[in-house]
Amino acid sequence: MFSELAPVLWDEWIVFKRGFFKITASAVIAPILYIIAFGFGLGGGFSLKGVTYIKFLIPGVIALTTMNSSYRAISITLNTNRLYDKTFEQYLIAPLSAISFCSGKAIAGALRGLYCGAIVLGISFLFDVRLNITASFVLVMLLSGLTFSCLGMLGALLVKSHADMTRFGTFVMLPMTFLCGTFFSVDQLPIVLKEIIYIFPLTHVSTMLRAIATYEAFSLANILIVVGYFILFFSLSVWRCRKIAA
Amino acid sequence: MIQTKRITKIFGSQRAVDDLDLSIESGVSYGLLGPNGAGKTTLLKMLATLIMPTSGEVHINGERMTRTNKAVKKQLGMVSQHFSLQREMTPREVLKLHGMLHRMPRKLRKHRAEELLEFADLLGDADKLVGKLSGGNKRKLMIIRAVMHSPKLLFLDEPTVGLDAAIRRSIWDLLKKLKGRGMTMILTTHYIDEASILCDRIGMMSEGKIVTENTPDGFLETVLPYVVEHFDNEQTNYEYFDDRKKASEYAVDLDESALIRRTNLEDVYVKLTSRRVMPGKRS
Repeated sequence: MFSELAPVLWDEWIVFKRGFFKITASAVIAPILYIIAFGFGLGGGFSLKGVTYIKFLIPGVIALTTMNSSYRAISITLNTNRLYDKTFEQYLIAPLSAISFCSGKAIAGALRGLYCGAIVLGISFLFDVRLNITASFVLVMLLSGLTFSCLGMLGALLVKSHADMTRFGTFVMLPMTFLCGTFFSVDQLPIVLKEIIYIFPLTHVSTMLRAIATYEAFSLANILIVVGYFILFFSLSVWRCRKIAA
Repeated sequence: MIQTKRITKIFGSQRAVDDLDLSIESGVSYGLLGPNGAGKTTLLKMLATLIMPTSGEVHINGERMTRTNKAVKKQLGMVSQHFSLQREMTPREVLKLHGMLHRMPRKLRKHRAEELLEFADLLGDADKLVGKLSGGNKRKLMIIRAVMHSPKLLFLDEPTVGLDAAIRRSIWDLLKKLKGRGMTMILTTHYIDEASILCDRIGMMSEGKIVTENTPDGFLETVLPYVVEHFDNEQTNYEYFDDRKKASEYAVDLDESALIRRTNLEDVYVKLTSRRVMPGKRS
């Protein structure tokens, strides 16, 4: 199995290595702006759910960064490989199973998400924000990365143009960015809206990261829902990969 | 041996490949010749599992070809019509990735990559980014990548399309060297000269079917050896003759635009399908 994963991971590693500075810079800019504008500017003077707003905000920003980085790492490269430079054909012709291809992409995307999430953590330390970072925190980041890289992969395998990929991001990722408890507590919302927001996986990721970071407990349902999304997105990607034409 | 059994591909209401039976012996270099939309690329993509047939089957050495049949896929190499290369990699890395995808041992992978880079005269560019290579060198890289894992069967979709004459000839030399190593090659082309230089057998395609197949010389025997080509202000007319003297006598009465030449595969194709093979567009 690893010998089949290795080329997919190595391909992604070369993309990361060659784009290291661009990837790192783009991973840093948005979180810094969120932390300054929302953490110190807008929410500088108040507390939420028993912690300072900046401590409330940073786990949400980490969830957001992990999601966006994993999603974009896979969706942009795969979409480009499939529709523009056509290198996806090389994988279709190779003696490589769809499961191995999708696993490699999912792991590569999750690692990119972890890297960018770790950068946000580093920035928060620079701003002297101390959070409880444990192995379970890292595991939730990893699970989030796997889930959203599979979502990006599925999108890239479904769309018919680069414009469609952008639209997919606008309809799916943008609402999650602002609504899924990253910047505010979902408890403040009307009950109907709250129920809708709990459908999205990012809500559960930010709930779990925030709970771990602030020594609170979270529900097993949060993990199961995100795992369920991961299995769904991964299975659909494998199915699509087996059917797709180049 | 590669064999298709009643292979068909339908896109919407169009039958791109229509109930096609094809059989190609091992070691043969086979050309698919035809105009735009004849179904050449679609057929090649089905053989390489890039697209699935609507119906019918492909067998390679008696084994059914499917996207999940890894044993058969190991025997294939493919060069697409477009530049399908990782632009952020160097040629050495492109070959390494291909070797990894085919699970070649590290030592063999390195040795084979160096051998092929030298074979294609690409050693000087081996560590440049692919995006900075010339069109000809990109095409050469695609060809050596396709044979990196020593496949038994090589598919080439318009291998020299868009390249200038000198580079096209250097690609032909590369392909002739591969042919000399006993590899089975199936190539699609618009270029008549390419088909006659590289192929042992040629299948002429029109509207999703192979209209006829023969050797290049066999095809030429089906038409008279000389042709007078003459433009009459409306269209170009072709008259065929069994010797040059008769052709000259016929041309005397025509204006100076008349041209006497040996017949070629394009004349055969025009005669067979009443269509002219036009280069430069996808089929």
